[in-house]
Amino acid sequence: MADFPDIPVLTTTVEKMANWARRSSIWPVTFGLACCAIEMMAMSASRYDIARFGAEVFRGSPRQSDLMIVAGRLSRKMAPVLRRIYDQMPEPKYVISMGACASIGGVFDNYALVQGVDQIVPVDVFVPGCPPRPESLIYGIVQLQKKIDQMKLTA
Amino acid sequence: MHDWVPILIMLGFATGFAAFNIGASKLIGPKHPTPEKLAPYECGMPPVGDARERHPVKFYLVAMIFLLFDIEVAFLYPWAMALRELRWVGFMQLIVFFAILLSGYVYVWRKGVLDWGRDRD
Amino acid sequence: MDTNAIIEALRGAIPDGSVEPAPAADGMPAIYIAREHLVDVCRALRDTPSLRFAFVPDMTAVDYLPREPRFEVVLHMASLGVPGFGDTAKRLRVKVRVPGNDPRLPTLSGVWPAMNWAEREVWDLFGIEFDGHPDMRRLLMPDDWEGFPARKDYPVQISMTPKVYEPLQLTPEEFVANLQADRDRARQD
Repeated sequence: MADFPDIPVLTTTVEKMANWARRSSIWPVTFGLACCAIEMMAMSASRYDIARFGAEVFRGSPRQSDLMIVAGRLSRKMAPVLRRIYDQMPEPKYVISMGACASIGGVFDNYALVQGVDQIVPVDVFVPGCPPRPESLIYGIVQLQKKIDQMKLTA
Repeated sequence: MHDWVPILIMLGFATGFAAFNIGASKLIGPKHPTPEKLAPYECGMPPVGDARERHPVKFYLVAMIFLLFDIEVAFLYPWAMALRELRWVGFMQLIVFFAILLSGYVYVWRKGVLDWGRDRD
Repeated sequence: MDTNAIIEALRGAIPDGSVEPAPAADGMPAIYIAREHLVDVCRALRDTPSLRFAFVPDMTAVDYLPREPRFEVVLHMASLGVPGFGDTAKRLRVKVRVPGNDPRLPTLSGVWPAMNWAEREVWDLFGIEFDGHPDMRRLLMPDDWEGFPARKDYPVQISMTPKVYEPLQLTPEEFVANLQADRDRARQD
């Protein structure tokens, strides 16, 4: 943003304004699958508050959210559900794959789990950990905010 | 008349703000409808059957009864403020008002509108 | 009550030779039940006034692959010990040996209705069929899965692309037909 010291006015572009608005109000949809969900809940509680980063509420409906934090193991039976929930989110939408199981299958290399949810949905940020500490997940959300800053409006 | 102009300006601001936001969303918002995105939401499972089913009428009945008694309570507030001037006459008038509504309440009660849940016979 | 006291309490209600004590490392009373007499013994366990094992939280199975009989189905049951309904609180572990070439058992869902899903899980993961079960279909694995994953000869790591397509809308008739197709597929496996 440009700043004219004599006149109390800031100028910017619509793209920057839109990106600022989008990254400052990322509302997640509740998609806690397993143990990482506990750390996600810890992150949204008062000590590591993510409301101060804009993620004010976890929406119950995918239609009212922009971010899907896939927190936990994704089983093969749950894969169509994940895809359907992702499809029902309106653009612009982002996905954070939280934890080792969501990113790569984690410690469970077996028949029951999908080895990485990026086989199902496009992921923006991978957050490693088993489970990642709330600070790690907040760092992931901040990285996502930086990624949103660089997005083009006409895409 | 000119006392009401600020109200009209306020209404204009409210409508204009809403219209601006909806219009801006339509202009600069992305529009990519797909069949999956528009499908009814049923927690990720395929929805079974039609969404427009018949609902039990007791919900409607309870809502109507609530509305009537809520209005009755709303009448109580100005009456309470003015009771000192109204004196005994006003008190008796309110008792008559309440008696009429009380008879309606007894009718609703005896008709079974307030009985929810299974019959335990 | 220890194992022998429980077997004593059952005497007379069950055929001879159908139960024998089982060794248990943690000291819980445990018995083996012969496969043919399973339903009768379980009904006696549930109904004998001094026992009254009305609460069966779990049924599972174990695969001892090179050994014959291959499977052992294990139930844990508890009696809450309310006066007049079992008197003392007690627990019991019941094991049934199931051979690998004929993995069937009579269903226990007529004795304890909670066994309905437990038996579905055991069939889903081990392939042990339950004769007379009202609703035999897969519980944990996807409905069209082939194979019984918890058996010892099933591979742990597989590479298969996950299925992500599901129909956009189902009518109630299609839903019921899908359930029946799952049951038919279970009967054929």
